Amino acid sequence: MIESREALHQTREEAKKVLDSYDCRILVCSGTGCIATGSEKIYEKFVEICKDAPGIFLEFAPHDTGEHVGVKKTGCQGICELGPLVRIQKKDKVIQYTKVQEDDCAEIFERSVLGDEVIESLLYKQKGISYQAPEEIPFIAKQTRIALANCGKFDAESLSEYIASGGFTAFTKALFEMTEDEIIEEVDRSGLRGRGGGGFPAGKKWKQVARQKETVRYVVCNGDEGDPGAFMDGSVMEGDPYRLIEGMMIAAYAVKASDGYIYVRAEYPMSVKRLRHAIAELERCGLLGDHIMGSDFCFHLHINRGAGAFVCGEGSALTASIEGNRGMPRVKPPRTVEKGLWEKPTVLNNVETFANVPQIILNGADWYRSIGTVGSPGTKTFSLTGAIENTGLIEVPMGTTLREIIFDIGGGMKDGGTFKAVQIGGPSGGCLTEEHLDVPLDFDSVKKYGAIVGSGGLVVMDEHTCMVEVARFFMSFTQRESCGKCVPCREGTKRMLEILEKIVAGKGELSDLDRLQELAEMVKSMALCGLGKSAPLPVLSTLKLFRSEYEEHITQHRCRAKVCEAMKRYVINPEFCRGCSKCAKNCPVGAISGQIKKCYHINPDICIHCGACKDNCAFDAIYIED
Amino acid sequence: MLDQSYYQKADEIIASHGRKSSSLIPIMQDIQEEYRYLPGELLTYVAGQIGVTEAKAYSVATFYENFSFEAKGKYVIKVCDGTACHVRKSMPVLDAINKKLGLSKNRKTTSDMLFTVETVSCLGACGLAPTMMVNDEVYPRMTPEAAEALIDRLKGGEGA
Repeated sequence: MIESREALHQTREEAKKVLDSYDCRILVCSGTGCIATGSEKIYEKFVEICKDAPGIFLEFAPHDTGEHVGVKKTGCQGICELGPLVRIQKKDKVIQYTKVQEDDCAEIFERSVLGDEVIESLLYKQKGISYQAPEEIPFIAKQTRIALANCGKFDAESLSEYIASGGFTAFTKALFEMTEDEIIEEVDRSGLRGRGGGGFPAGKKWKQVARQKETVRYVVCNGDEGDPGAFMDGSVMEGDPYRLIEGMMIAAYAVKASDGYIYVRAEYPMSVKRLRHAIAELERCGLLGDHIMGSDFCFHLHINRGAGAFVCGEGSALTASIEGNRGMPRVKPPRTVEKGLWEKPTVLNNVETFANVPQIILNGADWYRSIGTVGSPGTKTFSLTGAIENTGLIEVPMGTTLREIIFDIGGGMKDGGTFKAVQIGGPSGGCLTEEHLDVPLDFDSVKKYGAIVGSGGLVVMDEHTCMVEVARFFMSFTQRESCGKCVPCREGTKRMLEILEKIVAGKGELSDLDRLQELAEMVKSMALCGLGKSAPLPVLSTLKLFRSEYEEHITQHRCRAKVCEAMKRYVINPEFCRGCSKCAKNCPVGAISGQIKKCYHINPDICIHCGACKDNCAFDAIYIED
Repeated sequence: MLDQSYYQKADEIIASHGRKSSSLIPIMQDIQEEYRYLPGELLTYVAGQIGVTEAKAYSVATFYENFSFEAKGKYVIKVCDGTACHVRKSMPVLDAINKKLGLSKNRKTTSDMLFTVETVSCLGACGLAPTMMVNDEVYPRMTPEAAEALIDRLKGGEGA
């Protein structure tokens, strides 16, 4: 039990002692990405090796006389593409290993844990140079980590390691040294803006809640990260759950709330597991519950799992879902700060926003403002994916340019592709192209170009991506996820999708483009909630930036990225064709004819572009004509 | 008629979340986790127990994509069609799985109740796209061939 500030201090000193006692720590990444590439097995293998090695102790005991090696599961170490990732942390250095396989574990243990060698073949390499320490790797060196500061550095599940690294210092400072108003003022002055996409100033929100007459208030964390292509919040929840909770506790104390809720997306079982564990640990030692550390502050934290509705990422839909209702947005005002969960004033912030709070309280608003831009202070996490060399989780100061993110951090395009566009902000966002590479990424600048920073998904696209198909993809997503409450979104997304499907199928007309534009603008201005209003953005953005691609689909029946099935023209190369007739037999519509042992021919008027002929040709004689 | 054990299980689950209307979603989630679907009779029973109307319970259950009134297979395969996976060709993976299992858009569960195939909008492992999930386990960098091999492995495990 930690019943006072002194007790926390003592716990910290003891935890530090344990941490310092390790001669070496093997940190195995346990982010969703690395687990998918098999890091659990790597963890078990290391535990097994350590247990079998004579004179090696896994758990701390004061009287052990031998080498003390800790094997720990950490949060996301960032370079998801190269998983499973393992860090060897010694007193004087840290080595980052990549793509570690079970067979490598024994060698790592012999040479790098017991010995002092570095295994060259497992190091991170870029442009012929190997990097040993994680902070030297260009992908990591160019980042500034606040929300992700702890991710990858220690055991994500261990409360004592979190406390040893300074965890709950911010909370105790807030609880014992600051008044509620001072906390809110500090957060307000820091300029922290909501990281969920809207960018509303967090301090203002807290102030509005604190001002309400109603005394029952709630703090709710939006962990319903539904944008396809975004996994930042999931990484924080599973990689550093205690920091998120500490941020929520500070908010709860500041606005006098005694209950909090974390709404986690159904597809993130690992986040739910780690948060549940963290809450149980905190309740066990009295850091959550009644009269925390002997104060008057009582706080209970609950987890709600989503049930597969994207719209629940919208504030009023999310609170409706916690209440046990259909997750449908409602008309505002009243806003969530006045009437949120159970009609009570509610602070509703996203995961990353809360994760920033402890550092702001600890280091002050001025420190926070010194990072990022004037209008958007601090950092932003992005999930960098798509046709790029280094995919993964990154955190950079607001105002960093796309060029820096894609070419410095991301290592440039994959397989020598040409940069075409980056889709930012998911189904609520738009595209940025080559001309925008030097636009600073912050809430206000990006908006000027018809996109949004959004929650932080960055999907990089090259010449093999068809922008019309991308617009269709997002529209099919929002159409499916529309809750159906308001007509503009329910009908508008359906009609827009129909037009896009028509164009992709090669049946579009030029007048469709005007209709698409008109519908998109109508939905944008008339939909009920933020999700509906932003649903047409991918269409508007691609129409503006890639209109010629739309027109090519319509007038020339050409998809320059060779993605759209209906545009593909299958042709038989007479040089390779042996006249075996296999393609003709496989064609479901009889579009292929010819004579045995002579070159066959595909009739493009009958062909339905199914590709069955190409898949079955033994001589690779069938290709798609440009 | 459902076996009596279903109602006993439901009682346990209701007790763990409390008899209040806000427990509806967590209770339905636990029941579905237990039986891999939401039996209609049980939903009616739960509604009565926690004091919401049957209509309300059904309206909530049908709103959320995760709830299914039809039994799902032992292995629920969710092929990710999030942006990153889509761009890295996730649909051929789905097609290959459906073809191998004889399933389609309208027929999602195999008759031996072994496999259910669905798509999902993002699994949060975008760095390793295209991905898919079998029950709670995420599989990275899928190809049509790798997916077919995985199904063979799962089937093989059943036979052994």
